[in-house]
Amino acid sequence: MSRIGVFICHCGENIAATVDPVKVAETMSRVPGVVHAVDYKYMCSDPGQNLIIEAIKEKGLTGVVVAACSPRMHEPTFRKVCAESGLNPFLCEMANIREHCSWVHEKSDITTDKAIDLVRVIVEKVKRNAPLYDIKVPVTKTALVIGGGIAGIQASLDIANAGHKVILVERDPSIGGHMIQLSETFPTLDCSQCIMTPRMVEVAQHPNITLYTYSEVEELDGFIGNFKVKIRKKARSVDENLCTGCGVCMQKCPRKKIPSEYEAGMGMRTAIYIPFAQAVPNKPVIDKDNCLYYLKGKCKICEKNCPAEAIRFDQEDEIIEADVGAIVCATGFDVLGTDSFPEYGYGKYKDVITGLQFERLASASGPTLGEIRRPSDGKEPETIVFIACAGSRDPAKGIEYCSKICCMYTAKHAMLYKHKIHHGKAYVCYMDIRAGGKMYEEFVRRAIEEDGVNYIRGRVSRVYEQDGKLIVKGVDTLLGSQPVEIEADMVVLATAAVANTGAEDLAKKLRVSYDAYNFLAEAHPKLRPVETNTAGIFLAGACQAPKDIPEAVAQASGAASKVSALFSGDELSREPVIAVVNRCPPPVFSTCEGCFICEQACPYQAIEREEIKTRDGKLIKVVAKVNEGICQGCGTCVAVCRAKAIDLQGFSNEQVYAEVMAL
Amino acid sequence: MKLGYYPGCSLRGTAREFDESLLAIAPGIGLELEEIPDWNCCGASAAHNLNRELSLALPARVLALAEKAGMEEVLVPCSMCFNRLAVTRHELLEDEELRKRVSDIIKMDYQGTARALNILETLGKLFDEGIEDKFVKPFDHEVACYYGCLIVRPPKIVQFDRYEDPQSMDELMKKIGAHPIDWAFKVECCGAGLSISRTDLVAKLSGKIIEDAVHRGAEAIIVACPMCHANLDMRQEKVEKLKGKKYSIPVLYLTQAIGLALGLEKKKLSLHRHMVPVVFPPREKPAIESKSKTKTGKVAGQVEE
Repeated sequence: MSRIGVFICHCGENIAATVDPVKVAETMSRVPGVVHAVDYKYMCSDPGQNLIIEAIKEKGLTGVVVAACSPRMHEPTFRKVCAESGLNPFLCEMANIREHCSWVHEKSDITTDKAIDLVRVIVEKVKRNAPLYDIKVPVTKTALVIGGGIAGIQASLDIANAGHKVILVERDPSIGGHMIQLSETFPTLDCSQCIMTPRMVEVAQHPNITLYTYSEVEELDGFIGNFKVKIRKKARSVDENLCTGCGVCMQKCPRKKIPSEYEAGMGMRTAIYIPFAQAVPNKPVIDKDNCLYYLKGKCKICEKNCPAEAIRFDQEDEIIEADVGAIVCATGFDVLGTDSFPEYGYGKYKDVITGLQFERLASASGPTLGEIRRPSDGKEPETIVFIACAGSRDPAKGIEYCSKICCMYTAKHAMLYKHKIHHGKAYVCYMDIRAGGKMYEEFVRRAIEEDGVNYIRGRVSRVYEQDGKLIVKGVDTLLGSQPVEIEADMVVLATAAVANTGAEDLAKKLRVSYDAYNFLAEAHPKLRPVETNTAGIFLAGACQAPKDIPEAVAQASGAASKVSALFSGDELSREPVIAVVNRCPPPVFSTCEGCFICEQACPYQAIEREEIKTRDGKLIKVVAKVNEGICQGCGTCVAVCRAKAIDLQGFSNEQVYAEVMAL
Repeated sequence: MKLGYYPGCSLRGTAREFDESLLAIAPGIGLELEEIPDWNCCGASAAHNLNRELSLALPARVLALAEKAGMEEVLVPCSMCFNRLAVTRHELLEDEELRKRVSDIIKMDYQGTARALNILETLGKLFDEGIEDKFVKPFDHEVACYYGCLIVRPPKIVQFDRYEDPQSMDELMKKIGAHPIDWAFKVECCGAGLSISRTDLVAKLSGKIIEDAVHRGAEAIIVACPMCHANLDMRQEKVEKLKGKKYSIPVLYLTQAIGLALGLEKKKLSLHRHMVPVVFPPREKPAIESKSKTKTGKVAGQVEE
């Protein structure tokens, strides 16, 4: 016979104001199986917890029900109390009479009756609770970091500095991501290269970091602590061990007019190329889509000229397999294509460029060595217009969300322009200025007040060329919706930040969820922002949502500390709320029929196949088995199982039926 | 292609050349039109300002008649009519209560099967069927394709072309041998709603359109809307007075340009009905003469309205 203790919390006035806790306790004390029922003002306080400890000891309780707030709030607290008193923590449950009752109803008898029902339901469940034990899983103490932008670099360095091994995979030929393309960074205007290149070098030289550039994650298997990853290392067509990075091949390559990805199309590169001078690794790669040898079968000028004889036209992609215990996804973002707003003339007019292209123009390492010159004729633009929200916050043509970084970088662009061309006129056409952040608002004010950037609040309807000028037609909504026409020499579009190309595919490979915009989804928007719903996979940087550098770095460090915590023991402990296939002796009576509908239903691929054999090795049948490491306890398999052969531990069919029947 | 046909009041009145030219080219491009019997006014610019139910009931009756006549697709050349018919269908399909209410008013059950097609979409489909060889006299002129504001809007309802920078008419004109210019006023407002009440504003708004078209070397403006045509053609004199310049740029319905390319007579296409004579002077250099005196100051002009 069960010996259940029921503890009713007043939560100060939160519960007691509408529910009568004394009546609840009194009613519960008469329920069969309940041997102890008390109420107290704050059950979570020290004296409250002592009430539970004493009752467990004195009355020999076999189950505890705490009727108080949401289990999200205090279930861990009370389970810990039970565990310390020698009661299996999974024999303790909470009845939520605050969020589900007292907060949402008026004071009345019916409210108290509902509270009584809620507690009774849980009492019936706890009577059927069985002791459960945390699941132990071994851990491979190597982390995989996907993406070598600032977030991936920061996460790699933090994990590596904590003493763990890191495999960093980058899709492009060099690490650096978008940050290395930037000129100067807000709000302090320090040069992006200056602060980032030392970190890139540190990654390359760190004894704990293995760097695979020009590589992509091909396949992922396994579960937290025990992932198996296949990485495709794309053929560079260059032997990295022999190559000295001298650059002769690039000088000799006859294909010199390929728009450079690093320069955002503002500069050109050769077919064999190192993306930029400070690239890590500083080894070239042959772009097969543009190389004459791969296109037409002859040329090989680079091979003839390479002093180290490092060119390998026959090099093939390599598949690298590795065991890792945790994954940090830091795959970053992309900028929105400009097709969705043809009225701004991007692509039609050379002097309409994107913000990322302006970064290259303003960068000392860029195609103009930092001088602001317009692409069409190389002249200094005398008047420049920055159009904020080009695509952002525009459900009709672009994306619905705010890209967050544009207000700040647009202010920075206007400021950099004014610093370089003092007599020039800079206009920013904006919707709202969103400058929340340390020193951010001050930065924007500085652009307006000290650098004299002209901010015009209103949308731009059209940009068109007339007599060599770009006419920017818009409106000034602060001056009573006055139409505005600016004759500009150059226009910069603050195009929206969107999920990176391939984000959806990667999410599917990693089995992490993603949102409607293909940004990878965190487990909880507030309380678990760096974890995904898949245990052991974490997020860092703009792959989750548009982020600026400080935020991306902070999140990367957060993800790294999560990984380090995961690696702090040799085994992982997990809550045992997972699905189990009922097995009863003799095995032939196992109710699983082996239909494996559960296998298809499981979103985590946690269902395995198990053969049941006789003693002499004859196969009786094949049944489902749940992999304890992978199962997330979602219960989908329980719902689809036709034979009712699967139960969720702690939420078995029997327990749930008992709850329903108690009503 | 056989379609229902809703000419609307304009095409039987001020814009009869649109109707006449469309009917003239129809056989040549494989278009068969069957007029909706007993059609009524769509309510156009007036009804939706005054009474919502009236503004829905009028087009709903037209569509219900089309349904009754077994038509699924109805060609509606006038942009305003097209807009009203498309919006009505959309609103009634979204709201079952409203559909019942309107059906009750018109004493007919409108199901939403009949839908309006605009002229660009329809011609686009026909031209895709490879009828280029019928254009025996290529319309070899620089043209400014002017869409006006209604034919591509509201985008959520019409779901046709890029509404800030449409291309469909340009494509049609290319196929008949014309050379569409790249210009910025394709979808600017011509002042239609003020065509009678504030001709001074019409002159100002339409003036910008005509000025830019001429400036960029267009020999003709091609339109697909009776209101656009009225303002650019009929009010061109007023524009010229305002701007102190002579433009004399002919404004053609696209059906007229297509008719010319098909080799039809001018008279059959009703070109004689225009205010600005449809004549093309012998070829010369595009009109981007002397740097026309645009405000040279680099200061932002706050254009007052």
